[in-house]
Amino acid sequence: MDTIVQFFNGNLLLIYLLIFTVILGFEVISKVPTVLHTPLMSGANAISGVVIVGAILLIRQSDPTDYFSLSLGLIGIILGMINVAGGFTVTDRMLEMFKKKKAKS
Amino acid sequence: MEVVETIESSFLVNLLYLLGAVAFVWGLRLLSSPDTARKGNTYAAIGMGLAIIGALIEPVQNGGNNNYGWIAGGMIAGALIGFPAAKKIKMTAMPQMVSVFNGLGGACAMVLAIVELFQNQGTTMGLGQAAIVYFTLLIGAVSFTGSLLAFAKLDGRIKDKHVTFKGHSILNNILLLVVIGFMVFLMINGGTQGMIIGFLIVSLIYGFSFVAPIGGADMPVVISLLNSFTGLSAAAAGLIFGNQLMLVGGILVGASGTILTVLMCEAMNRSLFNVLIGGFGGGAVAAASDDGKVAKTANASDVAIQLFYSQSVMFVPGYGLAVAQAQKVVKELDDILEANGVDVKYAIHPVAGRMPGHMNVLLAEADVPYPKLLDLEDANSALPNTDLVVIVGANDVVNPAALDEPGSPIYGMPVLNVWEAKNVVVLKRSMSPGYAGIQNPLFFHDKTKMLFGDAKVSIQALVAEVKNL
Repeated sequence: MDTIVQFFNGNLLLIYLLIFTVILGFEVISKVPTVLHTPLMSGANAISGVVIVGAILLIRQSDPTDYFSLSLGLIGIILGMINVAGGFTVTDRMLEMFKKKKAKS
Repeated sequence: MEVVETIESSFLVNLLYLLGAVAFVWGLRLLSSPDTARKGNTYAAIGMGLAIIGALIEPVQNGGNNNYGWIAGGMIAGALIGFPAAKKIKMTAMPQMVSVFNGLGGACAMVLAIVELFQNQGTTMGLGQAAIVYFTLLIGAVSFTGSLLAFAKLDGRIKDKHVTFKGHSILNNILLLVVIGFMVFLMINGGTQGMIIGFLIVSLIYGFSFVAPIGGADMPVVISLLNSFTGLSAAAAGLIFGNQLMLVGGILVGASGTILTVLMCEAMNRSLFNVLIGGFGGGAVAAASDDGKVAKTANASDVAIQLFYSQSVMFVPGYGLAVAQAQKVVKELDDILEANGVDVKYAIHPVAGRMPGHMNVLLAEADVPYPKLLDLEDANSALPNTDLVVIVGANDVVNPAALDEPGSPIYGMPVLNVWEAKNVVVLKRSMSPGYAGIQNPLFFHDKTKMLFGDAKVSIQALVAEVKNL
C-alpha cells in the first residue's frame, strides 16, 4: 500500500496527463467517420512509432562499448522508423485518393 | 533511471515535445473529415519529426556518448525499408501492411523493455517501475507475434485450421494465467537474465496463441485490438523513459484502437470475449436453410438488362471484391449506368472486408466519390426503394439468418436487409458458404439470382453487355 501511495504522489502530474489524454483521445477519435477508419488505423499506427524516441534516447545514453544495448537500440530504431516512415506514407497515399474524389464530384 | 523525469531538459527540447504532442492531437482531429484528413496526417507526421529532433538533442545521462552513427544508421535503414513498402503496397493488401507495421511498433517497445531490464540487473527497481517495464515487455511482445500471425492469416499464408484446435481458448486462458503469474513474480522478486528471457518467450507464445483461433470475419476486431495494444506498449515505454510525448502518442493510438474494437464488436453484435474465444461459425447450424430449395441462376446478359432498366442500383461489396481486385471494374460499370440515368450507390457494412473501413479505401482508390458510400443505417433505409442490389463478394453481412434464425452463429448481428429491395443479384464463385462457414438463405430467396464466376470477370461481362444495350 505504501508503495502505491508513494508512486501515486510521486507521479501525480503524469497520472493527470494520462487520464486527460485518455479522455481527449476518445473524444477526438470517436468523431472519425466510418469512411476514414482504415486511414485512421494506419495513421494511428504511424503515431505509435513514437517509441522510436525511446530507442534514440536509449542509444544516446549507452556506453559506446556496450554493444548489447547499442544493437538492441539499433533494432528498435529500425523497427520504429519503418513504422513511422511507412505508416505516414501509406496513410497519405490513401487520403490522397479520398481528397481527389471530393474535387471531382 | 527514475520514472519521474530527473534529467534537466532544456527549454527547446520541452517545447519540441509539447508541439509534437499538440500536432498528434490536432492531426487526429483533422482526420475526422475526408476534406481535412490528409492535412491531419501531415500534421501528425510533422509532430513525429519534432519528436525525433527532440530526442536527438535532449540532454541525457552519460551525455557525450550520443552514438549518433548508430542512430543515423538505424533511421536510414528503417526509412529505406518503410518508404518503398508503403509506396508499393496494393490497397487490397492494406490490412496486411497495417498488421505488419503494427507488429513492428510492438516489437520496438518490447526491445526497449528488454534492454531496460538487462541494464537494471542487480539493482532494485521500485515496484511501480518494475510493473511498467514488464507490462511494456508483455504487451509489446503480444502485439508483435499477434500482428505477425494476423498478417500471415490475412495474406493467406496460414489457414485458421493450421494453428488452432478444439479447446484452444482453454489453452489461452491457462497461458494468460501463466504469463500474469510470471509477471507478478518477476515484479516482486526481480529476475535473472534467464528468467527475463523465459518471460519474453512465454509472452511471444501467448501473442501467437491468442490470435490463433480468431479468423475470417473477426479479423477487423483483432486488428483493431492489436492496434490498441501497440499504442499501450508505446505509452508504457514512455513511462519507462519519463517521456510525456511517448505517453501521449501511445495513449491516442490506444484510444483509437479501443474505439475501433468496440465499434467492430457492435457491428457484429458480439462481445469482445466472444470474439477472443474464436471459432466463429462452422457449427451444426448450416443445414436448416437449404433443404430442397434450389438457387436460381442468371447469366450476364439478363443481369445487364436488369441493371440498365433499373432506376436505382446498390452494390454491396465484401472481401470477395478485394480478392478479385474488382473495384475498378465496378466503378466502370457504375459510370456507364450513371451515364444512362441509373442512380448507383454502395452499401458498406462496418465489418465488410478484413479491417475497419477496408471497402471505403478500395472504392476510393477506384475513384468512387465517398458521398455514394452508404453506411449500414442509411443503406437499410434506402434498400426498400432500390430496384436492384448487386452483391459483390459479400456473404455474412447480407445473411437474413442474422434476423430470423436464433440458432445461427450470426443471429443478432446487424446486417444489410438486401432482400427488401426489389431484386437481388449475387456475384459469387460457387455455392460454398462464406468465410464463416455459415449457409446463407439469401441465395435461395425468391428475389435472388446467382451469377457465378470470378467477381472481376463477371463484372467485366456486365460492362460489355450493358455497353451493347
